[in-house]
Amino acid sequence: MTTPLTAASAAPVVLDINDLVISIGRRADAHRIIDGVSLQVRHGETLCVVGESGSGKSVTSLTTMGLLPKKVLAPTRGTITLAGEDLLNAGDRRLRQLRATTMAMIFQEPMTALNPVVPVGRQIDEVLRTHTSLDARARRERILAMMEQVRLPDVARIFKSYPHQLSGGQRQRIMIAMALVLEPKLLIADEPTTALDVTTQKQILSLIRDLQRDHGTAVLFITHDMGVVAEIADRVVVMRKGKVVETGALDAILRAPTMDYTRNLLASVPSLIPRTARPASSEPVVLETNSLGKIYRTRSMFGEAREVAAAKDVTLTLRKGRTLGIVGESGSGKSTVARCIVRLIDPTSGEVRLAGQDISTLSRPALRPHRKRIQIVFQDPYRSLNPRVTVGETIAEGPVNYGVPHATAIKRAGELLELVDLPADAISRYPHQFSGGQRQRIAIARALALDPDVLVADEAVSALDVSVQAQVLDLLDEIQTRLGIALLFITHDLRVAAQICDEVVVMQHGRVVEQGAAGEILTNPQQAYTRQLLEAAPGRHWDFANFRPVHGFAQDATFSPGN
Amino acid sequence: MLGYLIRRILAAIPVMGVVALFVFLLLRLTPGDPAAILAGDNATPEQLDRIRTSLGLNEPLYTQFFTWIGKLLHGDFGVSLISNVPVITMIGNRIEPTVAIALATIIFTVIVAVPLGVIAAWKHGTWIDRLVMALSVIGFSVPVFVIGYVLIQIFAIDLRWLPVQGYRKIASGFGPFLERIILPTLTLSFIYIALIARMTRAAMLDVLDEDYIRTARAKGIAEHGVLLRHALRNAAVPVITVIGTGFALLISGVVVTETVFNLPGIGRLTVDAVLARDYPVIQAMILLTSGIYVGVNLLIDLSYSLLDPRIRY
Repeated sequence: MTTPLTAASAAPVVLDINDLVISIGRRADAHRIIDGVSLQVRHGETLCVVGESGSGKSVTSLTTMGLLPKKVLAPTRGTITLAGEDLLNAGDRRLRQLRATTMAMIFQEPMTALNPVVPVGRQIDEVLRTHTSLDARARRERILAMMEQVRLPDVARIFKSYPHQLSGGQRQRIMIAMALVLEPKLLIADEPTTALDVTTQKQILSLIRDLQRDHGTAVLFITHDMGVVAEIADRVVVMRKGKVVETGALDAILRAPTMDYTRNLLASVPSLIPRTARPASSEPVVLETNSLGKIYRTRSMFGEAREVAAAKDVTLTLRKGRTLGIVGESGSGKSTVARCIVRLIDPTSGEVRLAGQDISTLSRPALRPHRKRIQIVFQDPYRSLNPRVTVGETIAEGPVNYGVPHATAIKRAGELLELVDLPADAISRYPHQFSGGQRQRIAIARALALDPDVLVADEAVSALDVSVQAQVLDLLDEIQTRLGIALLFITHDLRVAAQICDEVVVMQHGRVVEQGAAGEILTNPQQAYTRQLLEAAPGRHWDFANFRPVHGFAQDATFSPGN
Repeated sequence: MLGYLIRRILAAIPVMGVVALFVFLLLRLTPGDPAAILAGDNATPEQLDRIRTSLGLNEPLYTQFFTWIGKLLHGDFGVSLISNVPVITMIGNRIEPTVAIALATIIFTVIVAVPLGVIAAWKHGTWIDRLVMALSVIGFSVPVFVIGYVLIQIFAIDLRWLPVQGYRKIASGFGPFLERIILPTLTLSFIYIALIARMTRAAMLDVLDEDYIRTARAKGIAEHGVLLRHALRNAAVPVITVIGTGFALLISGVVVTETVFNLPGIGRLTVDAVLARDYPVIQAMILLTSGIYVGVNLLIDLSYSLLDPRIRY
């Protein structure tokens, strides 16, 4: 509440983008990536630019920084003014001077945004060496002070560390320190928390908020996540296909969006409130694990043997027609469990029972008949389909391997494509001709081709835009109703878990923290870790689909950072 | 790190042992009798027999092998069958020109090829890039001896800047020494520059797409800083690998270069030994080259950990 809207609207405009058009090439009829975008960010204000992939939100910010690949994408119309200075007509030299001093940027992937072969302290130091004439000692003091401001522990040690020695959250703090060390007027944050776990995300969001309050920085915050928008925005710009759809104050956008696209976008955000529970099932158990464990051992000739327990003592039960979610942050072991169950990796202890039969120790040939009972859909549909094989052949391959005649398998592939709502002609096309959501449908059809009892979805909707995500979740639900298949759903996203799971298993550090009915766990968690996860979920106080705050949360919570 | 070093050195011993056995058998099992070559066409069977006995060629193969290995371990590489001079002395006498042009070639190549590759990658898709790549294709496709003769024609015969052939030891003065290794070095460098410029360009193109390059630009760092401090250091690992494996090219190129420029190096020594079936010399040379390979590979692997802090042994 430090920058109330009224004060912000009187504050000077730091960034003013006016009628910006960016085309591929300079020809008059060239395709427009950005088509007439206008927006302003004021001193001390956070403007969230929200949109799905391909909306042009990142291109807008890279243009502001002058970081676009010049030969390919060129601004053909409009102006960008930073603190009164025209950026589009500024020379390379002037733009370099402005970067880090007046405008700075942080990026999505802290894992790759830092140079892996240079200690992080020196990477921050480079900013000071480039833009100031401070001596080595003054620079070091300033860097250490900045590192403390971004709440890094043991700054002297981290100063000398390489990026790979730091966690994702620590790296993003380094990025923020690097961006803010010269107190720029404008900070552009391009999906800065998307690659982070929710608990880390919460810390980084509140850090950005606090630093903004202390320094009065104008923040242009790019995100696809409405939850994050609800946490951090003062004002919101909704973009779609290179155009601004709607602009307004946060509360106005969330409560009373005027455009259909914005309404749909908000309505697609899965609610954290679990869906109405289905009646308890007495169907047979199709999958159970008993004290399942996976220990990785690394041994070297001279070093000590090291053991890492990626999963330990995991016991779960899944009935026909039900959905069991495994939720947890990165490194919690949820994917390890999924892979052990499908026997993509071999568990080191415990049992995996498929319809009563333990498959955890079966040899590869003995396992073969059981493989068709359990199939998996992976996270990234761009990499999980072979680009050189037609969709039909991809789907038919499994059944053919199990002796189904090719013609029959192809015919069945056609039916499956229909089941997942893809056109019939998709069968002879290649994966690159489809969008991400369509590819994930293909991956689901491929998994279903073997008529499995259990479908394992490993973060299967995490790489998709929310509107597409909602469609794929609906599809999975529909398939489950029609085929009575059991779903094991691995996700880091509690919203998704709340909307699809009957039961939930919460994992941390390879162990099960809590498990039970989704409605119970997600509304009344008994364990501190589960509570912490729920509290860190961005925008948890807002019921997006119904355009109102969640009952029980104070209304003014909208503008407070998740502290 | 030290443990890794010791392990790698221990691992090199069986490698060298296998190389030694292989080399030994290969040469013994190829047709052609060194005693017959030594004795000449008119030798009597008795003379041949006497020569064989004195050289140990009548012993069973395994006895010959273990005798040879035992001597090797004492630093005795044997005596040339042809000239009766200890092999180690022959190599010692001939090694300087070879080492000189090999080192000069590597240094010259890196100085020329790495900047070429960096510039080509930076100016990706422009005429500069295409020019560098075209030169690289030429460097690959023109045989070493052709380059050698063309250089001799231009710089030694037409311009008279440099001597045509021959070698002066570095001990007899740096000027004359340098004059005589310039053309061999240039000749040998051609293909090597082509290879490394191409590799540097490819590695740089990969790295320039990385997020941290965008971060570096977002910091307002000048372009040369982005290229050298951020991109090149990250591109170094594949480039160093190719520089190392390029040793294979270098060694075969050395033989031709020494012949063209009439240099008394170990490349020609090896060829002469092969033609005369001078087993001890051939074996020593192959062991020497294998030893150099193993050593260079070890150095390359160790350099990775200096270049990239993520690689730790």
